Amino acid sequence: MKIVSKSKIKVDGPGLVTGKQKFVDDFDMPGMLVGKILASPHAHAIIKKIDISKAEKLPGVHAVLYHKNVPRVAHTTAGQGFPEPSPYDTFMFDKKVRYVGDRVAAVAAESEEIAKKALSLIEVEYKILPAILSAKDSLKKNAPVIHDEPEAIMPIPVPYDPKRNIAASTDVQVGDIDKGFAKAALIVEREFKAHYATHCPMEPHITLTYPDENGRLVIITSTQVPFHVRRIVAQTLKLPIKKIRVIKPRIGGGFGGKQEILLEDVCSALTLKSSRPVKIRYTREEEFAKSRTRHEQYVNLKIGATKNGKLTSIYMDVLSNTGAYGSHALTVACNCGSKTLPLYPCDNVRFRATTVYTNLPVGGAYRGYGATQAAFALECLMDEIAYKLKIDPVELRRKNHIKSGGSSPIFEKLGEGKAGVKQTIGSCGLAECITKGARAIGWKKKQLEGRCPQCPNSKINTLKRGFGMCTLMQGSSIPEIDMAAATIKMNEDGSFNLLVGATDLGTGSDTILAQIAAEVLGCDESDMIVLSSDTDITPFDVGAYASSTTYLSGAAVKKTAEKIRDQIIKVAAEVCGGNPKKAIVENKTVKFPDGKNVSFYDIAIHTLYLKDQFQIAATESNISHKSPPPFAAHYVEVEVDTETGEVKLLKYVAAVDCGTEINPKLARGQTEGAVVNGIGYALMEEYIFNEKGKLLTDNFFTYKIPSTRDLPEMKIIHVKSYEDSGPFGAKSVSEISINGALPAISNAIFNATGARLTEGPFTAERVLKAIRRLE
Amino acid sequence: MKIQLTINSKNKTFDIQPDEKLLETLRNNNYKSVKFGCGEGTCGTCTVLINGKPRLSCITFTAQMTGKEITTLEGIGTIENLHKLQKSFLAEGAVQCGYCTPGMILSAKALLDKNKSPTEEEIKKALDGNKCRCTGYGSIIKAIQKLQDH
Ligand code: FES
Ligand code: FES
Repeated sequence: MKIVSKSKIKVDGPGLVTGKQKFVDDFDMPGMLVGKILASPHAHAIIKKIDISKAEKLPGVHAVLYHKNVPRVAHTTAGQGFPEPSPYDTFMFDKKVRYVGDRVAAVAAESEEIAKKALSLIEVEYKILPAILSAKDSLKKNAPVIHDEPEAIMPIPVPYDPKRNIAASTDVQVGDIDKGFAKAALIVEREFKAHYATHCPMEPHITLTYPDENGRLVIITSTQVPFHVRRIVAQTLKLPIKKIRVIKPRIGGGFGGKQEILLEDVCSALTLKSSRPVKIRYTREEEFAKSRTRHEQYVNLKIGATKNGKLTSIYMDVLSNTGAYGSHALTVACNCGSKTLPLYPCDNVRFRATTVYTNLPVGGAYRGYGATQAAFALECLMDEIAYKLKIDPVELRRKNHIKSGGSSPIFEKLGEGKAGVKQTIGSCGLAECITKGARAIGWKKKQLEGRCPQCPNSKINTLKRGFGMCTLMQGSSIPEIDMAAATIKMNEDGSFNLLVGATDLGTGSDTILAQIAAEVLGCDESDMIVLSSDTDITPFDVGAYASSTTYLSGAAVKKTAEKIRDQIIKVAAEVCGGNPKKAIVENKTVKFPDGKNVSFYDIAIHTLYLKDQFQIAATESNISHKSPPPFAAHYVEVEVDTETGEVKLLKYVAAVDCGTEINPKLARGQTEGAVVNGIGYALMEEYIFNEKGKLLTDNFFTYKIPSTRDLPEMKIIHVKSYEDSGPFGAKSVSEISINGALPAISNAIFNATGARLTEGPFTAERVLKAIRRLE
Repeated sequence: MKIQLTINSKNKTFDIQPDEKLLETLRNNNYKSVKFGCGEGTCGTCTVLINGKPRLSCITFTAQMTGKEITTLEGIGTIENLHKLQKSFLAEGAVQCGYCTPGMILSAKALLDKNKSPTEEEIKKALDGNKCRCTGYGSIIKAIQKLQDH
């Protein structure tokens, strides 16, 4: 391969390193207004009275919106396929507020100062209701009902019981877990809590809307899901889809947080009301309190094993907190099971999940998407089994993990709001990941026996060193649900426009899609002019989520490029009389075995100007029938100060099998970025609320994300495999590696101290408490 | 009020509000490479060089910039003529979304201008205030190490 598997520089790179590329905030329009949103100070309250008249009269204010002057349409903010597997429980504005930060009203004004002033002039009288500030309180008998509005419904046929604060639930079973536990020589059981966290893209959510020359609404927005934005804005504003155009410029990171219709509806409504361009940009504080979060989850896990370490039974029971609204409530919970349990095929498995409403910040899609939370429980409990059976944790994984040709009934049982899809594992480089990772960290069996070995490099005997590991899987796209399409057309100089609905949010997908097309077409990736995501121009794509772009959209691009290649060869054969069956494309030239060549330039000129003219162009679509998992083994080494509880992460090794790396440097960047994001989650990032449900850690001083200072020694290993169902053998890479830090570090802390950390982040305080409990 | 300063070696006069922050002034005058990430001095996306030193423009008053020399990313290279740091960032895959990149490159430039062969520790220290949520920093550090004079 000439272009694929090469670390080509990003097609949008030169513009990015010179600051020329445009993000939403870099678009200005004449007459543009600033939009601001008034947030609820209460966790649960009814708006008894609201008076916007003073705000409306303030000079410079052009629109004030609240629940009485906008359409009341129940919808979900989750940017998912249609019909969405998330409850319709959200309104643009409602007379009830359900968490601190919930929308009360919005204004558009000529400056930020005026907009802020206008917000302060809106008079609101609340009737405060009792609030639910913990997931475990949601299901209690006399718990307040958070969604008592009659409109709240689930658009697909799955259980939904808002009267009991249940946003979603599922229960699937394979075999008989009781029988499985009866056969076990060892049963381990624990509750783990995966804590709240948020994405922290460096670019906060931002949207610009304006009416165009034809009276259509244009939305330039920082989104991962432009087509879902168009559909959901149309729904909430009761506009025809044809009246809306969504443009995705450069995006400053998303990580799932921008798979959400967060500002687009209200910004559009402000534009409709004022007939002016309006820009809303979240402050960093709003980004923390009012965007989306990782669903906080309690994962109760029980595993039975024979004395040789073969798993006989697994019971996973998840209580997931979706906060005030049920965005991704069902699917994140389902992914807890579907993206972890198939890793260790077992005859008897039960997976139960209940997602509840609380009066806390709203859950959503976050890189890892349930797998992060469940892998914490599963991988820590596997570690516990290994220690208890005196088997090397690495060996225990080797004994149980899924292999190429293997399958798990969970794939079929557990889908996203419907049954899943049966699948057999194609490529699986996990065994090699385990071996190479172990070698890189210096894993020795003796880590098993001597717990709490004195730290070899230190004279202070309170410093203990420990090793931990875990294995992981994810998926690549949502099978039988997701769809992607691409269009390619040829230009006069033999270059091509590649139009994709796939959404590059910083990942480099424009580049890898250009590489895939260029590989097929025998040209350079710089001959592909990529345009991603303008709903007026590019074909449909569900968007950037579920680790789907390389696998799903990449295959759509490959198919399209193959069509174009056929068209080009046909023309070339006509021009020079060669045999099209034997032709190849290379160096922007069609080459025939008899030595005849026709250049792309000549083909373009021929088809556009000379004879039987037509536009060389094609559009192809792709749906996925399976979701091949990437696999990984992560290893860490830590040093724990048993006197202070401080954990120092010394080394992190991530060995990953993502199939073919279309662009090795970009793939590596995905792994490295995800690992560091996971480290932040495991060690530093935390939502702390006051007793009224207000988020206290709403800036980077108090919610710490990793900086250069926090980095351990890192080693990223990409193991080669070839996924037959993927474009050039590729599967996904973006999400999997965020899942490892929490369990691997917890296991290492256990190895060092004997204390099991079942709740993150592993701050000194929490670790010390766990150590003290041992004494 | 009026203020005179130098931006990317060009003399400029701006009409500003007394409490205006440099981030706003620069963005309002089309230096769009300077990015808003938090507005409260905690993320580094708004980093510019003031008399060669990396500073956070979101917490800097423009009014105090009289006579100062300010460098933004626009001033160090163009697409046709990239600065060596810009080339190195591209080559190492140190740019994902690119939102942190302007600030990162300027912090790196300030470091290399005073220290031609920084150690890994020195690089980490120099970039400590520049947050990146995409790359995990490894490629950024490598991009800078590659430029060291040996
Ligand atoms: S925007 Fe200035 S430090 Fe974040
Ligand atoms: S590249 Fe996205 S924040 Fe650094």
